[in-house]
Amino acid sequence: MLEVKDLHVTVEDKAILKGLNLTINAGEVHAIMGPNGAGKSTLSAVIAGKDGYEVTQGTILFEGQDVLEMEIEERARAGLLLGFQYPVEIPGVKNIYLLKAALNAQRAARGEGEIPAPEFMKLVREKSAEMKMDPSFLQRAVNEGFSGGEKKRNEILQMLVLQPKLAMLDEIDSGLDIDAMKVVADGVNSLRDANRAILLVTHYQRLLNHIEPDHVHVLVDGRIVKSGDKDLALELEARGYDWVLEGSAA
Amino acid sequence: MSAPERFLERLTARRAEDPSWVAARRQAGAARFEAMGFPTRRDEEWKYTDVRRIAEGDFALATDAAFDTARFDEQRLDIDAYRLVLVDGVFSAELSRLDGLPAGVSLEPLSKAMATNHEAVGGSLGRLAGVDFSPFTALNTAFAEEGVIVRLAPGTVVDKPIYVLLLSRANERPVMSHPRVLIEAGARAEATIVEHYSGEPDAANFTNVVTEVLLDRGAIVDHYKLQEAALTDLHVASIHVDQGRDSRFNSYNLNLGGALVRTDLVTDINAEGAEAAYNGLFFVQGRQHVDNHTLVNHNAPRTFSNENYKGVLDDRSRGVFNGKVFVKKDAQQIEAYQNNANLLLSDRAEIDTKPELVIYADDVKCSHGATTGQLDEEAVYALRSRGIDEPMARALLTLAFVGEVMDKVRLNIIAERVERAVAGRLPDRFNLADLVETAEAIQEA
Repeated sequence: MLEVKDLHVTVEDKAILKGLNLTINAGEVHAIMGPNGAGKSTLSAVIAGKDGYEVTQGTILFEGQDVLEMEIEERARAGLLLGFQYPVEIPGVKNIYLLKAALNAQRAARGEGEIPAPEFMKLVREKSAEMKMDPSFLQRAVNEGFSGGEKKRNEILQMLVLQPKLAMLDEIDSGLDIDAMKVVADGVNSLRDANRAILLVTHYQRLLNHIEPDHVHVLVDGRIVKSGDKDLALELEARGYDWVLEGSAA
Repeated sequence: MSAPERFLERLTARRAEDPSWVAARRQAGAARFEAMGFPTRRDEEWKYTDVRRIAEGDFALATDAAFDTARFDEQRLDIDAYRLVLVDGVFSAELSRLDGLPAGVSLEPLSKAMATNHEAVGGSLGRLAGVDFSPFTALNTAFAEEGVIVRLAPGTVVDKPIYVLLLSRANERPVMSHPRVLIEAGARAEATIVEHYSGEPDAANFTNVVTEVLLDRGAIVDHYKLQEAALTDLHVASIHVDQGRDSRFNSYNLNLGGALVRTDLVTDINAEGAEAAYNGLFFVQGRQHVDNHTLVNHNAPRTFSNENYKGVLDDRSRGVFNGKVFVKKDAQQIEAYQNNANLLLSDRAEIDTKPELVIYADDVKCSHGATTGQLDEEAVYALRSRGIDEPMARALLTLAFVGEVMDKVRLNIIAERVERAVAGRLPDRFNLADLVETAEAIQEA
């Protein structure tokens, strides 16, 4: 589904990713872990097309398409969605407007007509209930005055409505208490199926107790230096990153 | 011949049939206009607005009110209302709907009121907008021969909006019109009055309107000015308001059209407990120029005013906001709030904003502020990252910016019309009405 090859990325002339390789197949959940400043967030931001990142070398293919040639909105419509670590507040734009405009844009890209209003209402009500969000949130401006946990739940609500093929979640666990973590994790787990994939970027292993990954990668200094299964995350939790660094240097 | 002389020449050709009191007023207006001349940018009040396009124009006076029926149906607001229509300043009985007025409501064209009821009209007309206010009010006083007189008896609550539609035609030769609107609301009377300026897309006329609103004790008036004139039209307006005790005046000054637009809005809050709300919006593009000058005079203690003007400027358009709040010496315990926020969608658009507070009382709550900026690029990205294309993302954010003012608009049909105009550049597939309906349906469910 996603194939990242030899990816080099600079931010303001500073090299952040230095030859990263990653392959994600449909049905898989991947977790990227690593120390601060390793380039974890850069990877998902570049895939999603955020400004300020320069790809100097390498390729990103999504279902065979060259992602780097696609506009931001085209990537989203193709099924690549990024859940932000710090979701922005958009005063005056109602949640419901964003959800509907986004869903219809995606449908239009697939050659489908606009979703009928009753069907849309049913969908968003169901999905907000899954995220334990009061329907009044739909009428509120996107993230405006939301608590940290509400913002994260709102990101997952967007995922549930838009049903991406590859959901990338950047530190979705930061700032969440245990209850909110459970709701967010349940939401993410409900996206899991054989045709979809999930990429988790996280600093802490605790998220992975709730969303069990098939593959865990350790990103250090712009490269993936070690990959394994979920046990690798536990080992990192117990031993820190230093032993990986030593191992890779050796 | 000077510009004022050239304008006034049109006056002498007409008006043999005026009653003597009207003739006397015209003379006073003409004399004052001639003495003042057109304002220039050396006048502080006209510093950013050049009216040479008006002064150098050659405008005839329209003599009939014919208007294409299909276009009329397209231009008018589809509301259940009492309707009075002027075409290039000439009353159209055919397009107006003045039947079925409830008891206590009088709505008539100025010409009729002047001919049949001159004492009532003569008493109030010109009381607030004297010939000294500006050269344009003087000019209007000289020429006013048509307009609208609304009178509400005490305690009258008008069941439907009063809708005044002023249409401008694409004439072979440009015309000028000087409509006069007088609204007298008796004690505890309540009404919604809409002044709607619209017309044919190629109209290039000069409209110079003066509106006077008198609110007696406890009266409530919602006054809408929806200005959607052709992008080649020239439009000057002044609105003068006098508020009695416990009265409430809500102004909605919504400007979308016009090549050169200047509106003065002046309220004298003269007695305790009275409140004024100024809601303003202008959305301009191309080389449009829109100037809003507002003034609130707190002349009495325990009065309240709240002003919020928002401007959206694209291309090489230009906006002016000059908002003044004046608090008289003994007007204690008043509250006055003012805000002006502007959104520049283009590097070449320009706004000059000047909020002013002049306070002579010492026990007051006042605030004012002005901000100017661009769309939040992070928000644009956030929307695009969900699959919404860039023009739509920008349109949604622009709509959001004006939303704060539009949320105050109580006539939905006007709110929708303005939102549609603002969202006018959306891609076809973006169905705004559908979004709004969905949001409303969810709210109700």
